[in-house]
Amino acid sequence: MASVGGLRARLFARPERALRGLSLRWGAAAGAFAVVATLLGLALGPVDLGVWAVAREVLSHIPFLGVESSFSATDDAILWELRAPRVALGLLVGAMLAAAGASYQGVFRNPLADPYLLGAAAGAGLGATIVIANDLGGARVDLRPVAAFAGAMLGVGLAYVLGSSVGGRQTATLILAGVTVASFLTALQTYVQQRSSDSVQEVYSWILGRLETSGWTDVLIVLPYVVVSAVVLLWHRRLLDVLAVGDDEAASLGVPVARVRLLVVGAATLGTAAAVAFSGLIAFVGIIVPHAIRLMVGTSYRAVLPLSLVFGAGFLVLMDLVSRTVVAPAQLPIGVVTAFLGAPFFAVILRTTRTVGP
Amino acid sequence: MTALAADQVGVVLDGARVVDGLGLALEDGGWLGLIGPNGAGKTTFLRAVAGLVPYQGSISLGGDEVASLGRRELARRVAVVPQLPVIPPDTSVLEYVVLGRTPHLGYAGSPGLRDVTAARSALARLDATQLAERRLGSLSGGERQRAVLARAVAQDAGLLLLDEPTSALDVGAQQQVLELVASLRADHGLTVLSAMHDLTHAGQYADRLLLMDGGREVAAGLPHEVLTERLVARHYGAEVRIVADEETGIAVVPLRPGVKAREPVS
Repeated sequence: MASVGGLRARLFARPERALRGLSLRWGAAAGAFAVVATLLGLALGPVDLGVWAVAREVLSHIPFLGVESSFSATDDAILWELRAPRVALGLLVGAMLAAAGASYQGVFRNPLADPYLLGAAAGAGLGATIVIANDLGGARVDLRPVAAFAGAMLGVGLAYVLGSSVGGRQTATLILAGVTVASFLTALQTYVQQRSSDSVQEVYSWILGRLETSGWTDVLIVLPYVVVSAVVLLWHRRLLDVLAVGDDEAASLGVPVARVRLLVVGAATLGTAAAVAFSGLIAFVGIIVPHAIRLMVGTSYRAVLPLSLVFGAGFLVLMDLVSRTVVAPAQLPIGVVTAFLGAPFFAVILRTTRTVGP
Repeated sequence: MTALAADQVGVVLDGARVVDGLGLALEDGGWLGLIGPNGAGKTTFLRAVAGLVPYQGSISLGGDEVASLGRRELARRVAVVPQLPVIPPDTSVLEYVVLGRTPHLGYAGSPGLRDVTAARSALARLDATQLAERRLGSLSGGERQRAVLARAVAQDAGLLLLDEPTSALDVGAQQQVLELVASLRADHGLTVLSAMHDLTHAGQYADRLLLMDGGREVAAGLPHEVLTERLVARHYGAEVRIVADEETGIAVVPLRPGVKAREPVS
């Protein structure tokens, strides 16, 4: 751990950078990462379209550049009808999960908090399982996203009501309430799943996460939720820095703590619910991305939050690329890939997390 | 002018009346020390002044009722140094002190150059410029308390509430912190209300003392009027000797009950 501690000490020893908020250098690096990830995600797969060919094809759609595309009609269909929606969904879900993770960590002052805290994932899982197991909606209407969304909101709502009723403003109580609600909803989900053994495989496929889309419609449905959520979270990024000194001290610095917490948790949950409704449960993105960013730029949410959005977007697209190429022509569930990377990373964070008393 | 006036203040927490009928007046630039045994209601009264708990009666700051002031307006007038501040270990001292500028920023506003300058000047006032780049987690107890005080100074509020500001410090650091508060008060006209456990420090630094027990005022006045062996025995259950002279000021020396002091070894 000494090397990690040394790295942190070295990287955190430059506070002016954090005071200036997001630096141009890191903003550009995040943007470049997301662009490269997007190009790779579009180009690679069972049919290799070529990164440069994809770049030219994309640029050919921008007027006045005069770039010619070399794509055939088949390549065009693969790119715009199969891969682009999938990559776009990956960008949105990754951005949302990472930003929501960073926000939860700030608002609960818990470095291990992630979007699945407070019963969001368990609720979404229950909602989707009920639809799949009972074949609701049939082949015509896909009710899974709606049910997952409702389940996620229900999970968080229950956790919030339970936490507030027993512990007032205590963040630890809220987290324990989330764990309690999650256990209960997971038990219900398992019960529903086991009652209809025919659909177990389909339930698992959703629970392990996947980014297959039914085209641009899914992307367009998720987009407004992610945009609204991201705007609210970014708007509160400096207040998350103030919450780091605890509820009482933040209040004595003039921050309306309860309102900020409600808005941030509400926005993060809304975005997460919309994302997992289509992607299934993709764990650890909300842990890996914000923590990696903290190692690079320090702890201020004024930098961590916007960078989490952009790096998270690129990160999930790369993970999706791994999930569909590593055992090609088969595909690994993306949740398995993120967990494979995320669990060891989580262990490192757990070991390096320090709490300092007064 | 009266900076802080309290009249018949009562605070009820979980059904228990923690502060009961408390009244006081604190002039601009004054230092009032709240003393009293554990559970006397000192911290709760400070929290009521800071608008952190609801209260009955009246608490006014320069004539304005605390309960009627908005949270931000209150934070511009009152800075709080809690007994156990939450210290984010990976935050730099400068970033932490800049948090004190929060009440001067808009809801989602970012600190500008003016705020960073105010934070640096607060650090300079506390002779802590050299700590600016350090992580909070790497500071000693005394250095950390300086950072917390600097944040309160950066807040630029006229009234400073200190809750046991020296409780976790060694005797040298205790003295340094209290001297810093005294010099802030002398140089910048800060008004100070502090809850204090150390009766000697209370007697030496505060202009006036208010002794609380069971949520009520039991004595108030100049330090030598409040710090008497009888009152300390009655309300703290402690046997003490009060030593006071021109040279050393007032000191409260605890005695071991029933044991005579040994002769010093020569």
